[in-house]
Amino acid sequence: MPRITSEEVSHLALLCRIAMTDEDVEVMRDQMSNILENIDVLNQVDTSGVEPTGHSVDLVSVMRDDTVSPSTDRDGVLANAPRREGDFIRVRAVLES
Amino acid sequence: MSDSRLTDLTISEARGLLDRREVSSVELTRAALDRIAQVEESVKAFVTVTEDLALQHAEEADRRIAAGDAAPLTGIPMQLKDNMTTTGVATTCSSRMLEGFVPPYDATVTKRLYKQSAVLMGKGNLDEFAMGSSTENSAFFPTHNPWDLDRVPGGSSGGPAASVAAGECFYSLGSDTGGSIRQPASLCGVVGLKPTYGLVSRYGLVAFASSLDQIGPITRDVTDAALVMNAIGGHDPMDSTSLDVEMPDYTASLGKDLSGLRIGVPKEYFVDGMEPSVEQSTRRSIALLEDLGAEVAETSLPHTSYALSVYYILAPSECSANLARYDGVKYGFSDRESESMWDALEQTRGHGFGPEVKRRIMLGTYALSAGYYDAFYLKAQQVRTIIRREFETEFEKFDAIVSATSPTVAFKLGAKTSDPLQMYLSDVLTLPANIAGIPGMSVPAGLSDDGLPIGFQILSKHLGEPTLFRIAHAFEQASGWNGQRPPLYP
Repeated sequence: MPRITSEEVSHLALLCRIAMTDEDVEVMRDQMSNILENIDVLNQVDTSGVEPTGHSVDLVSVMRDDTVSPSTDRDGVLANAPRREGDFIRVRAVLES
Repeated sequence: MSDSRLTDLTISEARGLLDRREVSSVELTRAALDRIAQVEESVKAFVTVTEDLALQHAEEADRRIAAGDAAPLTGIPMQLKDNMTTTGVATTCSSRMLEGFVPPYDATVTKRLYKQSAVLMGKGNLDEFAMGSSTENSAFFPTHNPWDLDRVPGGSSGGPAASVAAGECFYSLGSDTGGSIRQPASLCGVVGLKPTYGLVSRYGLVAFASSLDQIGPITRDVTDAALVMNAIGGHDPMDSTSLDVEMPDYTASLGKDLSGLRIGVPKEYFVDGMEPSVEQSTRRSIALLEDLGAEVAETSLPHTSYALSVYYILAPSECSANLARYDGVKYGFSDRESESMWDALEQTRGHGFGPEVKRRIMLGTYALSAGYYDAFYLKAQQVRTIIRREFETEFEKFDAIVSATSPTVAFKLGAKTSDPLQMYLSDVLTLPANIAGIPGMSVPAGLSDDGLPIGFQILSKHLGEPTLFRIAHAFEQASGWNGQRPPLYP
């Protein structure tokens, strides 16, 4: 019995915006189930009252002086755009007309 | 001196030749280019070779040397792992998703090496987006281990480790999220350092798991690692997680004895499945440290076995967020066929990412999704705290902790590709250091009966790099194992 169903995998693929064939979904279901079963050992650890660690070092908000400096070269940025129109990146419609 | 011997030199040896004008940077660079022409077809360590740029850099370096203005890395040919940005030079992360991407800016490490007039030979192959332990996840081609071309170089910095071992460059920079510098260094018989989290700027390192990623040097000996760390380390305002600390001169830690140092050997690091030759080498290495005057004692890090599970929740979770940016709109691979925005997005990501990257994005999305967050992500962060504290307690008793770097020597290409979990186990001894944010170094510790390199790992506390360099250098000088070169000569 896999830990995760094909339906759950398909739903996750939708959340991740990754196109998958039915065959991809089956392979992913079995591999993810196997990995999740192994990850289960964490439940053996008593973590009551333990604070979570997000970063191994204490992070502080970094403040900077508001000084003017050159930003990244615009042509260099736009040169990588798959679809470009002049100084703009062309995108597909987000809202239906 | 023949060119093949020139490319076997360490940075400090080449520095001596350059400073005494016995060789020019252009000559060194041509020797490295010749070496690439000779072996690259079988090793395949480079995604891109920047021949013209390298010669241009070398000419600049020679002018600087002639003016008496040489820095320690001036004129020395190097490589960068292909997940560090280089203005005008493609940066692919060995992924179809970034094929053809030419960054408009330099990573901070690139800038700092350029400032010393380093010579860029090209970009090193890696597991796609640095996810993997064999470099077989590269979307372009696998890299081969110079010690045995039928075997993997380790990963994800397999290109950097193989190129340094094969003499195609004098040093390379790798990135290490769970062992991706130390494990390939071990499998290729070179030195690899993962610094303390935050010591080297991540600006311009394409993000995989931001709380774990760290850049570090891959070199032929410990002295060279110190020279490269001196150049790339230190605070950077462009990385908000960069540590604002005074940078020591790491070469000052070299050439000292080990008397008075306390070294712990955690029993949990002799894992099931460790190859006998690796265990023998590790015990021999520990005995050598004792001979050198260190006080060695067995110890225990009881939560070590949970590190793998913690890692395979936290790293995919962070990766799923970081890789959300690849939408085919701003740069990189983009689906051209679909009409709608959503279809284009799904097709772009479905075709642009390889299987391991998809698996991790999916796992991370699962671990972070409603209903599973507490059971997976929060739980993993709590166990991370326990692992971190366990190290802190140990480093009150010990200056360093030692173990094997990898439980096995280099394995055959294809041996682990069908079972992701088996591949993940390659990093079982290296990933605790990433979870705790502490530094770790792998140094060559002899060869197996089959003539394959074995690595020895030294861990120290947060910002304990001087201790790592001191132990690693004394170990290297006494063992002589760093002088080994792969039998890769036509």
